[in-house]
Formats: sequence, C-alpha cells, structure tokens
Amino acid sequence: MPIKTGAGLIEKFGDSILRAIEETGKVTLFVGQFFYWVFRPPFRFRLLFAQLYFIGNKSLFIICLSGAFTGMVLAYQTYFGFKIISVDSLVGPVVAISLARELAPVLSGLIVAGRAGAAMAAQIGTMKVTEQVDALEVMGIDSYQYLALPRIIAGTLSLPMLTIIFLLVGNLGGWLVGTKALMIDETMYFSKLGEFMFLADIYQGVIKSIFFGFSIAVIGTYFGFEVKRGAEGVGKGTNMAVVWGMIFVLISDYFLTSFLIKIL
Amino acid sequence: MNLDSKDVVISIRNLKKSFGQYSIINDLNFDIKRGSITTILGFSGAGKSTLLKHILGLLRPTSGHVFVNGQDISNLGGVALREFRRNFGMLFQYAALFDSLSAFENVAFPLREFTKDSEAEISRKVKSLLESVNILENSFYKLPSELSGGMRKRVGLARGLALNPDIMLYDEPTTGLDPITTKMVNELIVQTAKNNKQRQMTTIIISHDVKASLAISDFIAFLEHGRIVEYSTASEFAQSKNRIVQEFINL
Repeated sequence: MPIKTGAGLIEKFGDSILRAIEETGKVTLFVGQFFYWVFRPPFRFRLLFAQLYFIGNKSLFIICLSGAFTGMVLAYQTYFGFKIISVDSLVGPVVAISLARELAPVLSGLIVAGRAGAAMAAQIGTMKVTEQVDALEVMGIDSYQYLALPRIIAGTLSLPMLTIIFLLVGNLGGWLVGTKALMIDETMYFSKLGEFMFLADIYQGVIKSIFFGFSIAVIGTYFGFEVKRGAEGVGKGTNMAVVWGMIFVLISDYFLTSFLIKIL
Repeated sequence: MNLDSKDVVISIRNLKKSFGQYSIINDLNFDIKRGSITTILGFSGAGKSTLLKHILGLLRPTSGHVFVNGQDISNLGGVALREFRRNFGMLFQYAALFDSLSAFENVAFPLREFTKDSEAEISRKVKSLLESVNILENSFYKLPSELSGGMRKRVGLARGLALNPDIMLYDEPTTGLDPITTKMVNELIVQTAKNNKQRQMTTIIISHDVKASLAISDFIAFLEHGRIVEYSTASEFAQSKNRIVQEFINL
C-alpha cells in the first residue's frame, strides 16, 4: 500500500477544493439558466401541470400521513414535558408553532427531496444516457427549458402547498391527541393557540418551503443532467440528488431561520 | 476529393477537438456533397461521434470551422443554434425515442413543437410517416419498450424525417440488429434518400459496417485518429491502397 506523503495529502486537498469551486460554478450557472428561461416562450403549461401533479398530488398521501403522526407525537411529548411544570394547556400553541416554523417545511422538504428529487434525477439521467436529451437538442429544443424548467417551477409551487397541508393535518393530529387522548380542555387548547400563534409563524414556514422547493428541484434536475455512464451513473445521480437535497434543506434551514426570525 | 463549392452542403476546415490532454480530432478537412449518401467509417474511438456532434453544433471546436450551407456554425449559440439544428433529422444509435410517449406521439412530437398544423393534419402526417417506414397501425400506440429494436429504429427514422430535414444523420443505424433487420434498415435508408432526392436531402451515416456502407453509399470517408485518411466514391474506396482501410475492409 503506498504511503501517503504530506505533499500527496495537500495535493488531494487542493484538488477537492478546486472541484468544489468548479461544482459551485456549474450549479450557479444552472440556477442562472432558470432565470434566463423562466420568462421566455414557449411556455409549456402541459409539462408544468404534469410536474405539479407528480410533485404535489402524488406526494399528498405521504405528506398527510407524516403530518398527522408528527402532530400526534409532538402533542404527546410536549404534554408529558409540560405537565411537570403545569403548563400542559400550552400543548396546542407549541405543536402549532413547531409545525408552522420548522417541522412542516423541513419534513415536507425532506419527503419531497426523497420522493420527487430522486425521481427528477432518475428521469433526466435516464434520458441523458439513452440520448433522449440529445434528441431534444438535435430537434432544436433546449433541454433545460423542456426538462428542468417545469420541474423547478413545479417544485417551487408545490412545496409551500404541501407544507400548508402538512401543517393543517399535523395540527389536526395534535388536537386529536391533546383533547381526546390527553384530555386537555378543548376551549383552553384553542384559546392558547389563538393567544400565542401568529400569522408570522406560518409565513416563516411558507417562505422556507418556497426556498426548499426551488433548491430541491434545482438539485434533482442538476444531478440528472450530470449523469454519465449508464445505469450506474443514473443510480449515482439519484443518490446524490437525495443526499444533497436533504443536506441542503437541513443546512439552509438554520440560515433561513436565523434570518427570518429577525425580520418576521 | 474535390467538390464544386455550390455542391457542398457541409464543409469542415482545420477542425481540432481536444478533451483536456486528449486530442480526438486533428486538423480535419472534409466536404460533403449535397444530395449524396456519405458514410463516415472508422474504428471505435476514431472520432466519428465527435465529428457528428460538431456537425450538429452539439460540441464546439477547440479550433477550426464547420460550415453548413455556407454558414459557420462553430460559434453559433442560443436561438440561432437551435434554429440551425432544425435543418437536421437524426436517427440515433438506439433510436433515442422518448420512452414515455407512444410511437405515434414520438413522431408527432416535432410537428407539435415546430408547426402550426392542426391535430388532424398532424395525425395524417404521422400515419403517413409511420407507414413509409413499414410500421403497422397496430403498433402506432405502443410505447418504445413494447417495440423491437428494428421497429424502434424505424420509428426514430420517421421522427427524424417529420420536419423534412435538409440533412439526415444516422448514427450507427444497424448496431445491435440481426442481419435481416439490418438489411431492412439499410434498404430504408436508401429508399428515404431516393424519396427525398428531388429536394436534395443529404444523408450522412456514421458506421463501422463496411459491407453495408459499400452497398448504399455514394461516398465513403475513413476516419483514423481524428483524421480523414481516405475519402472517395464507394467503388474507389473498395480499391483503396491505404493499408488501414484495406485492413478494415478485410476484417
């Protein structure tokens, strides 16, 4: 086994920095293309609606399921913590605010990254390795405009809607557990909710989800176009789209939170 | 080979292409005659596909120029490049049909994108195109995954011809086909060229099938290490004195 010298390690480190810079540049250009194409005809609404259906409608079941159980579990955990200090009447607002500000946008984002982000990379990647992307280009159709644009717009529009649905269903779950299983007084539950929760909490989650939806779709389509070398490449691209989509949601959530908390 | 300039549809001048330190095309000069069937032969990795991508403007040269109908396309971009590509039809190596669309929808695709034809007119054109490549009506609405390799190629050819291109490109059209289907595809290429002879459609074929190339081509070019080492009529090509060409023919 070759012994790694200090120079070799530095070379490797430098190489990875250069690749990171190159990759950042490519992603920036990729995002730039979105703003170049978004206002340019032809506007293919049929493709957009197909993607809205796929990312939005087809995610509804998993979003409702996750939302309901997240709200229910959150109500249980909060109740047993709060009961110790006799503030169990605050379960409602804690569940609602946690869902609105963090859990609904982040968990919806993670679900969409896993479901739709992966599908975007796999679909475009397969089209790339089977020359379908080249076929579009040879016909004089810009493959970015045809394949990436509708997916990015649909991702940006769908995730806020899914987040709101997650929030509603999550609160329903929280209310169900709080008032029916844990016997918190229903009037108290709603009065505290009205007292402590504001529209700004919902805005914060929705703004985050718009950003997450855009980023997940950009990452999914980017790794689709980056696919090389057959089925193995498609698998790798899909994997990268899911991993980076999720990482991006989690990391950007911190920065968005620290920013939004100051302005909202 | 010298061609009269008014007969030249594609002219490649001092074309060089490198990927990093690897040089793929080296100072290539080459003219293609309008209305002809020209085949570019060569071993794998000789630069055939790279040359094809330059002709389509899918790759930019490291240096040199590619002229199509007198227009230098080497630095074309954006709308101009996309409009330029509408001069071409292409049959890809594995047909590259859109796998979510039926055979009918695949052929209708360019018509819907680029013409203002009514659905009835599109339907009429698509049926006529599919029939011209011997696709039966009961296969019109099958997905590419439900078609045989030969049928996929024929649907790909119909799609390539949908917009009446000036130049029809075939990228290894018979790769992976059995001998009978290979013969049928070759006959179809010749038939398509004949059907479009009046409007001088040019046919360019990338291949390593020597036998078929000698049978169907007007001209054959042989590419070796990114250079044309032989370019002549099919009959002259068969008699070439070039050692590599002879080796290739006699393989």
